[in-house]
Amino acid sequence: MLNFSDLLPYTDQFLKGLLTTVELTLYSTLLGLILGAVLATARQYGSSLLASVVSVYVELIRNTPFIVQLFFIFFGLPSIGVMLSPWQAGMIAMVINLAAYSTEIIRAGLGTTPKGQWEAAKVLGLSFKQTLLRVVMVPAVEKIYPALTSQCIIVMLGSAVLSQISVPDLTYAANLVQSRNFRSFESYLITAGLYLLLAILMRKAFNMIGRRVFSYRVTK
Amino acid sequence: MIEFSNIDIIRNLLIATQWTILLSLAAFAGGITVALLLTAARLNKTPLLSIFVRIYVEVFQGTPLLMQMFLCFFGLSMIGIEISAWNAAALSLTLFTSAFLVEIWRGCIDTLPKGQWEASRCLGLNFLQTLRYIILPQAIRTALAPSIGFSVQVVKGTALASVIGFVELTKAGSMLNNATFEPFKVFTFVAIIYFMLCYPLSWTSKFLEKKFNASR
Repeated sequence: MLNFSDLLPYTDQFLKGLLTTVELTLYSTLLGLILGAVLATARQYGSSLLASVVSVYVELIRNTPFIVQLFFIFFGLPSIGVMLSPWQAGMIAMVINLAAYSTEIIRAGLGTTPKGQWEAAKVLGLSFKQTLLRVVMVPAVEKIYPALTSQCIIVMLGSAVLSQISVPDLTYAANLVQSRNFRSFESYLITAGLYLLLAILMRKAFNMIGRRVFSYRVTK
Repeated sequence: MIEFSNIDIIRNLLIATQWTILLSLAAFAGGITVALLLTAARLNKTPLLSIFVRIYVEVFQGTPLLMQMFLCFFGLSMIGIEISAWNAAALSLTLFTSAFLVEIWRGCIDTLPKGQWEASRCLGLNFLQTLRYIILPQAIRTALAPSIGFSVQVVKGTALASVIGFVELTKAGSMLNNATFEPFKVFTFVAIIYFMLCYPLSWTSKFLEKKFNASR
């Protein structure tokens, strides 16, 4: 009943799609986490106006579906004059989404920093920026690292929706292949397997990075 | 072209919202049922069962919900099982929800001290009694906030049913967009409706979390 050999001629399509998904994930993770760290700092230490602007953004993104955000950016923005390619729209949607979740997660980490650390840093003559980057941020991120990595993986899996606006990602490849050879079950099964592999590899990579970055604590 | 006033757009979206709510309820109810079974299987301490649950969680958390929906909808009909878009969406959302709930609940049960199990055994309670009188009342308290928090993901997950052609809020939005050519307006309304569905759940989850943490 199952016939995977019909998929073999389309290996190239799958690999290209996989590469696009990896690429999108890499960029959006990098940008999303940086934006998340900045927004978390703004929400935690910024003025009350800034903090509430950030929290409105966070709540809006976290309480609406990713696919609606994507459609809003891709179909909605051009009607007010912002033209975007599918790739750009998908990228923006992923970054905006990850940034909102990581803002909340990183802020939880920042909240665990004892006040004494800030005071000690001030006494030592460190500026706000130095204290944040050298004293507060690293231990904060270390505490919430598992939650942060899970969120990055969730965003990677969510990127499957980008196929709906014709970003040539892995899901797009699966749709293309099954529309040509009508082997939809096999095609989606292989694709699901590839996503699973990607998720497992991402977790492994994050664990490795985590061990490297936070090693001074593990060895102690 | 048919003219749609704002009221027409909102009315049509609200009609479709009923299906979003219904699908969310079905998925959440299904997810809770399956997660209960899986949690029971895991507590049983049979290695084979707990390996099964581990793989189940890994597979449904490690693959896109969209792919699960495609497999349920296009995949099952391909191998001879005819399935409607509603059934495929409800089935895949149930599997997806249960995989996350079972992990959430595992965490909640694991945070209870081991001594509780041992003490119950000393008191002569059997496994089911221990669950019923000792473990669950405490675990439910901790599990309530994150479970309600996860229901937000379920409501948002139903939006993907639009891709397999089930007419819920997102699909209705796409259709109205095609009819009116006013994507900015239509998708803003769609987002607002989702926000109004999800925000009360997020708020409740946050409230319960604070309340239970404060009482510790």
